[in-house]
Amino acid sequence: MSPISSALGLSPQVLELRARRMELLSANMANSDTPGFKARDIDFAAAMKSVQGEGGMMRTHRQHMGGVGVDSNGVHAMYRVPSQPSLDGNTVETHREHAAFMDNAVRFQASLNLLDSRLRGLRTAIRGQV
Amino acid sequence: MSLFSAIDTAATALEAQSVRLNTISSNLANAGAVARTPEEAYRAQYVVFETMYQGAMGEMEGASNGVQVSEVVLSDLPPRKEYVPSHPLADEEGFIYRSTVNSVEEIANMIEASRNYQSNIEAMNTTKQLILRTLTLGR
Repeated sequence: MSPISSALGLSPQVLELRARRMELLSANMANSDTPGFKARDIDFAAAMKSVQGEGGMMRTHRQHMGGVGVDSNGVHAMYRVPSQPSLDGNTVETHREHAAFMDNAVRFQASLNLLDSRLRGLRTAIRGQV
Repeated sequence: MSLFSAIDTAATALEAQSVRLNTISSNLANAGAVARTPEEAYRAQYVVFETMYQGAMGEMEGASNGVQVSEVVLSDLPPRKEYVPSHPLADEEGFIYRSTVNSVEEIANMIEASRNYQSNIEAMNTTKQLILRTLTLGR
């Protein structure tokens, strides 16, 4: 890890994961009326661990294949368990998706703020003046 | 960049829901339509949604699964037959055939479609704000 990226901490990876979760949640919301659609979400803690290289399997060669549901970033998207299953097989529950979306957006902003302040700190260090 | 594809996904939903709203308004407009034969009677139209899977198998696990209208099906209910001999469209036996549209069902369908439209627009707006906020990073 280069000194600059280590100075930025985990925020870039967190933002990447949050953006990916955003993508999943918006797909869930878009398909809230599609028969047979299964809502998916990311287990954030597990995904964060696999991004940091802890736990799970590592890809040590570029020709290694990902497991089922694992994309190129090693993120595992899992199916949601509906609390009120519908007859057409759709497992999207709009209220839950809304809550998750909002939660994700706020946390994304929090990570952005953190990254912002780190960048500002770096700039101060480079200039040597406030 | 994945935030942009979140916007694209919401856009596909807007497109699909607007097709649905279109069929609903066409159904409601024809709710009172009368025909001379059962074949000519207006049949309610319904859209069928389907998830868009992009690319090959590898990408099927990808996140940006939008939605599209796979087909528009016609209601298979029989047109309502009514005995109105004085109607100008009545056949020789005095029957007319009314459309199969159920207005109450259509209105409920419309409310669902517009709610879905709204929530996707909200998702788009939030994503846009996050993108704009990311652009000002480090300023």
